[in-house]
Formats: sequence, structure tokens, C-alpha cells
Amino acid sequence: MTALNRAGWRPEMNVAGGADDNVTFTGNRALMLEEPLIFEIGGTGTTGVDFDEAAPAADLGSLMRSEPIGLPGLSESETVRHYTRLSRQNYAIDLGLFPLGSCTMKHNPRLNEKVARMPGFADVHPLQPQETVQGAYAVIHELAEWLVTLTGMHSVAMSPKAGAHGELCGILCIKAALEARGEDRRVILVPESAHGTNPATAAFAGFTVEDIPATEEGRVNLEALKARLGPDVAGVMITNPNTCGLFERDMKAISDAVHAAGGYVYCDGANFNAIVGRVRPGDLGVDAMHINLHKTFSTPHGGGGPGSGPVVLSEALAPFAPLPFVTQQGQAFRLIEEESAGEDHPETFGRMTAFHGQMGMFTRALAYILSHGADGLKQVAEDAVLNANYVLRSLTDVLDAPFAASGPCMHEALFSDKGLAEGFSTLDIAKGLIDEGYHPMTVYFPLVVHGAMLVEPTETESKAVLDQFIGALRSIALRAKNGDPALKSAPHFAPRARLDETLAARKPVLAWEGAR
Amino acid sequence: MRYLPLTTDDRAAMLATIGASSIDELFVDVPAAARLDGPIAGLPMQASELAVERHMATLSRRNRAAGDGPFFLGAGAYRHHVPASVDHLIQRGEFLTAYTPYQPEIAQGTLQMLFEFQSQVARLLGTDVANASMYDGSTACWEAIVMARRVTKRAKALLSTGLHPHYRSVARTMAKYTGDVLVDGDPALEAGTDWAALAASIDKETSCVVVQYPDILGRIDDMTTLAEACQTAGALLIAVVTEPVALGLIKSPGEMGADIVVGEGQSLGVGLQFGGPYVGLFACKTKYVRQMPGRLCGETVDANDKRGFVLTLSTREQHIRREKATSNICTNSGLCALAFSIHMTLLGEAGLRRLAAINHGRAKAAAAELAKIPGVSVLNDRFFNEFTLLLPTAARPVVHKLAEKDILGGVSLGRLYPDNTGLENGLVVAVTETVTEGNIAAFATALKEVLA
Repeated sequence: MTALNRAGWRPEMNVAGGADDNVTFTGNRALMLEEPLIFEIGGTGTTGVDFDEAAPAADLGSLMRSEPIGLPGLSESETVRHYTRLSRQNYAIDLGLFPLGSCTMKHNPRLNEKVARMPGFADVHPLQPQETVQGAYAVIHELAEWLVTLTGMHSVAMSPKAGAHGELCGILCIKAALEARGEDRRVILVPESAHGTNPATAAFAGFTVEDIPATEEGRVNLEALKARLGPDVAGVMITNPNTCGLFERDMKAISDAVHAAGGYVYCDGANFNAIVGRVRPGDLGVDAMHINLHKTFSTPHGGGGPGSGPVVLSEALAPFAPLPFVTQQGQAFRLIEEESAGEDHPETFGRMTAFHGQMGMFTRALAYILSHGADGLKQVAEDAVLNANYVLRSLTDVLDAPFAASGPCMHEALFSDKGLAEGFSTLDIAKGLIDEGYHPMTVYFPLVVHGAMLVEPTETESKAVLDQFIGALRSIALRAKNGDPALKSAPHFAPRARLDETLAARKPVLAWEGAR
Repeated sequence: MRYLPLTTDDRAAMLATIGASSIDELFVDVPAAARLDGPIAGLPMQASELAVERHMATLSRRNRAAGDGPFFLGAGAYRHHVPASVDHLIQRGEFLTAYTPYQPEIAQGTLQMLFEFQSQVARLLGTDVANASMYDGSTACWEAIVMARRVTKRAKALLSTGLHPHYRSVARTMAKYTGDVLVDGDPALEAGTDWAALAASIDKETSCVVVQYPDILGRIDDMTTLAEACQTAGALLIAVVTEPVALGLIKSPGEMGADIVVGEGQSLGVGLQFGGPYVGLFACKTKYVRQMPGRLCGETVDANDKRGFVLTLSTREQHIRREKATSNICTNSGLCALAFSIHMTLLGEAGLRRLAAINHGRAKAAAAELAKIPGVSVLNDRFFNEFTLLLPTAARPVVHKLAEKDILGGVSLGRLYPDNTGLENGLVVAVTETVTEGNIAAFATALKEVLA
């Protein structure tokens, strides 16, 4: 086995000179366990799966695999241990507060996992005859009804696979609508504070992206926006609540101005958690908005997906929605695919993905929504906003909050690095939080604030948890203001110290390079 | 409500700290006209776990689960046995409820897993490198076409008629808006692929040729000659694999010269799930890595010289490059990639080869049995675990009649190509290790009755 701990204690070392408290032979430190790669511990002849029969002979001539593939196997017991040990090197919402701004790391109810694994949902093929999957269509339809009602919109496209895919869906609807009007508008306006996916999506769909300036209080500058509107502007992409954690007060006026100039309003719904059940985007003139089911509706993030990004649409954009989708006729549900689109949905812009979307996320999200109901969801928004404001107002004496005077924040509290000691940065505060047992907040985003720290506690944290977090962040902020050198090398107690990202990018090692 | 820990007293104390008299004061920036005072009308109120579970179970029972009887569907989603430990491990909260590993010091579990996943995928597909996953095979396929445009600075993609029609449809949708030119069409009911014709039609404007292997009709072919033709013309060969188990038995696309190999990883670890979430595989030659979309995990060291892993080469990505990014993709399919990786680790090379051989053997047995039915023949001369049956009548009504007999007997070409009556007698049949001899016999009996 490869020694991961190259500097580890070895019997030949002089004990007095070689071993300090942190050095062990294995590199392990009690419950903090090192784990080699499967390529270092597995063998290509090993398998953890038993089969009922021998491999029958095959004859596919020159297409037969003749060379080794180089895929290591492990027995079942080794496999369970490998991944269990790896899992313990991860922070997770199950372990504690995970205040990543704009990411909405809330509790993931286990009922949702149980429901998603019911055989009628988990073990169903997307192309089964429609009469054998009526329950699956019913789930899609029921969730769609909820999303439409909660947002006050006309309809919803369910198939987008994640938030950015949903953005693309909305932007393509806008593009299709403009084409139907015979207009060639090329520009999408995006605030500087937007998520990177917004400009990337608009560019991916062939639009030119221009910035919308912000006011000093951290909101869209309505007058500047109005001045830029014209016959070349296809629409705007606005995040509301925005990434500074503020509600865009002028949203309705923005929408009215954009509509008057012939454009459409895309709303990035990443922060819908702050207003779910309290405010309907449809009442603010929005034409399209994606909903990250993995944020607002608690489907697990899974270490980076899968997401799910249904897009609610206004009446103006609904005719262009992608295929496929579910409709109800009496007691029966029907899937509208390419086949009948000619009669049922002639203006669709087409298909965005194979099959029908993230069914496994739909079942989880529906279970979550039904659990909360209309009253519970309203409470979700209120508690999320209350928790964020509590964090904001509890820390303004030690951390600079650039928009604290702009009114209450919504679901997230934004701080800057102003006032830290020379040589100390947001990164040091983030790494210090790791040692205190927390996942750091979102850092260096939004770009409009220097050294931004964006804290989103979510509604599933108790006051006691927040009080402890506030205390921890306060102590680290003070250490950073006082220039405590130990903070510069944090984290000290994590499975790894700061990692060399420059080396990783300069000499990329992206796969195991041992023999195949 | 069971997910909300704040008490009434907590809320009052917190409002006092904030200096607000009521929660409404925190929503003061919402225009009054848009502020809702009570719960949205017409929607149900909160419900207990028992009540929700009961409701969802009722809906679940309105579906015929694949495991409830004979099942032969494929066409881009395959039913394989997933070892119990896979689902157990992906439900560990440290994997399930973690975020994208932006703080590598406390995300080494996810990062090391992704590095292992990338290595497994690259080896399986026969390429140098793979990314940390895409949404699914269909979106990975489109991203590969766009990547080929970036690499070659040409915009004409030739799509094999054997490409999954949904993948083709996704590409057509996107190409309408990006200016890419696609040359495509429906497949012909022939035993051979259209690859030789594709090789002949490559020209100076061609950015890439996209082939599926095995293809939508289950056909397999050698892509070496096509790869050479692409290379000569300065175009890229993109291979799409929707059934990765096949690569335990047949040569990988990378081995035969494909430049980019994308695929659907659902077969391993993920399950059917009515079409999603799945896991897109994306792999290529090292020289193109900086044009790749999506997240990449790389090896490095920490400040104490211990090996560790980080997300890397992110200057390609939207959160850094914004409108100049290689793709708008942000979320990948991490948990499904984990399921894929665990299943692959359990199998190992020896297990994968055996699983693949069993699949192929079972499919050959089924094809032989079904071909005995009068009027029925098998289109393919070579296939892995999926083949196309030619029926004496339109296959689509047959599928429904089979379903009435509780047999899910494949995907009709009428469902996949509703506008092409020339294909309507085709039925795509997949046979994996989960199919028993009894299932095959039941299918054959039922098909004979339906066709009689």
C-alpha cells in the first residue's frame, strides 16, 4: 500500500527527534483516517459481485476487447470501508451548519429519500407504454401544479436538469418568442452581481451580454436600465432576491419597462427560498424563472448534483416551452412528445434532454412540498429571512456589512473584508471557520463586494446553532482584525491543510497514471 | 412543522435583536401589492410524514415497476442489478448532503471519489481524461459537438443516423440557436451502420462526426477507419456510448481512435428512475482538456506535502469566465457519479467483463428464441445486449398488447420515430442479466399470441 503519510513516523527514526504528537506511522489520527485510491488497493482480478453463471463465450470478431482496461475491483467489505472512510473526510449539512450563500444548504428530509426509492418511481423506464406509468405522470403533473401556483405563473417546463439548464430553457423560450415576432434582438442585460451562469447561458444561446449597473445600495439601477433598453435588447436576467441578499424593490417597474421596450424578463430563481409562499414572481412581471429543486425544495446536493431546474413561464412564453410535458385529460395523464407536438404545442423550441427530466428529484420535491403545505412553505421563507437578518445584525459591529443600511436582508447576509488587518483576507476567515467545525460561507461572490462573504443559514437551523456560529465567526473576525498569524495557516484540524491549487492547474493530474 | 426548529419564543427574541417589531417588517422591500398576507389560497396545508408517504405510495402503485414482470426496454436506459451496498453508501449523509467541493480541506471524500470516477471513466472509454460528469448522455453529446467547434473552429457536425433520436433532437434544438450546422437523418433498417457513408461525406467544413456505439438499433461496428478519415480531414470523431456495460466486452471507442467519447452512465449504479437523474460521461484526449466543459478534479498536495485533490482548470468555467466560459454548466451529477463509481469498484475489471459476457449471452439467447416466431427476424448481425426485431406488423400496437399481458417487450421504433412509417415494424429489445430464461420464454409466447 502506498504510504500517504510520507513524513510519517517509522521505527528506524529516533523517537525523541522524530515523533511529535501529530505523527503516526499510518498517517491516521484516531478517527481521522487516511484512505488510498482504489487503484492502490484494488486488483483487476478482484470483484465484489457474485454471479450465478460463468461468462458464456462470445464471438464478436475484431470488436472483442483484447487489451486490459485497468479497472481495479474490491470485495464488498473493502468497498464499504473505502467509501465510508472517504465519506468521513467530507463536511455535510447532516454534520452542521453549511451557510453557503446562494446555495441554500437546508436539511434534506429522509422521507424524500424513502419515497424516491419506491419501486413504482425508482424502477420505471422512461419509455414504458404510457398506460403503465400513469403514477409517474401524476407526480410530474402534481408538482407542476404546485410550482405554477406558488409562483403565480402560467405554466412550467419540467425537463431542465439543473439550474443553469433551466436558465438555458428560459433564454431559449425568449429567443423563440422573439423569432416568432420576427425580431432579431441580440442583447441580454445582466447585473454585475449575477451568478456566472447567467452571462454564460446567454452567451451559450448566442446572445451578447451587457452589464446593468447597480446602485450604491446594492440594487439594480432602474434609471440606467431604462436608458439602455431599446430595440436591440432581448431581455434582462435578474436575480431576485439578488446576490447581495436584497429584494429588488423595483422589480415590477423593471418588468414594466422591459416589457414596454419589447423585451422579456428572466428571473434567476436560485434565491426563491427567501420568498416562497410569501411573494409570487408572477405578480412582479416575470416571464421566466428557474427553480432549483435542490435548493428551495430540499433535494440533496449530493456533493455537486444532480440538480433539477424546472422553469415557470408567463403566458407570453408558454407556447415555446420545450418537449416533453405532461397534460391531464380527465383521470388520465398524457405525455406530449415530438409526435403530437404539431397539434398540441406547435411553437415549442424543441427538446433539451433525453426523456422527461429529473424524476428522482420530482418525487423528493413533491414529498417536501406536501409535508410543508402552503402554510409551512410561507414559514420556510419567514424563518430563512429571520435567520439571515439575525446573523447580519449580530455581526455588524465586527464585520463590514456594505448593504446593512439598504434595509433588511432576505435569506442571506453579505459582509466584506474591509477592516481586516494588513495581509488578512476573506480566505483566512473561511479557513478559520473550518477549524471551528463549520463549512465556510460563500466567499468572493458576489464580485461587486470586495472580499465578499455571503452567509445563508436557511430556515432549518435553530437559534442555538446560530448563536454558536455567530460567536465563532465573531472570534475569527476579531483574530483577523488583530492579525493572528495562526489564522493564516488555518485549517489546522481538517483532514488536509490548504491545498496547492496552483500546482493542480499548472501540472494537471486528472486521472490515475498507473499501468492500465 | 417538523423541519423547522425555531420556536415562537426564539422568533420573538431574534426579532428583538434585529430591532424589528414583526416578521412583516423584514419583507418591507416587497411592494405591498405583491406581498401575500396568508398562505396561498387553494393549496393544501402541511401534512404528517405518514400522510405524505401514503399519498406518494398510492401514486407509485399506479406504475408498473420494471421488476414486476418480464422487462425488455433499453434505448438509452438499461435495467441492471445494482448491489445493495451502492445505495447504502450513497445515502451516507456525508456524501448525500455535501455541496460541490469548493472547500477542499473538508471535501476530500467527494474529491477523491471524483478523481477515481474520472480515472475509471477514462479507462473504460479508452481515453486519457474524463471530467467529473455532466447532466446526462444527451446533454453531454451536445456539449461534445460544441467543443469540437471550439477545437476545429468549424461548425458542421455529421450525425450518424444511428444516434439516439432524443440526443439528435437535443442537438437540433441547440443548433437552431448557435449557428451550428447539423447533417442528420433517420436510420435505415439495415444490418450495417452508415459509418462508411459518413467517412465519405467529411469535408473541410466538418467539425465532427458523431456516432453511437452500440447504436440506437443495437448495431456495433469498427470505427477505426472512420477515425482515420476524421483525422485526415481535421475533424473530430465523437463516440456516444449509452450502454457502458458493453465496454466490458467490446473495444472502447478511444482504442479505435475517437477523440471525444461521451455517454450515459446510468447503467452502472444509478437505476432507471423514469429517465433521471442520470450521469453524463465526458472524456477526451489530453490535448483537448482545456476545451472541455464541466468540472474537473485534479491531484495536488497540501501545505504539509500530503496528497490531496481539488477542482481544477476552472478558468474554463462560468463562475470565473462568465460569458466566455466553455459551457454554462454548473451543477454536475455528483451523487450519480458516486453510484457509478461504487458499482464499478464492486465489479472491477473481472466483474465487468463477466457481467458484459452474461448480458451478451442472454441477449443472443433471446434473439434466437424470438426469431423462431413466424414473420419475426433480427435485423442485426452483431449486437451487444440490445437488438432490433423486425415484426410483420407495426410494433407500436404490439407493445401495448404485450403490456396488457404484463410484458414490457421493448421500445417500438414507432415511439422513437413517429413520423417515419418505414421504421414502424421495428422493435428495439434489450436483454440484461436481470432477464431470466422464464422471462424470455414468456415474452416469446406472448409475442407469438399477439402476432397470431
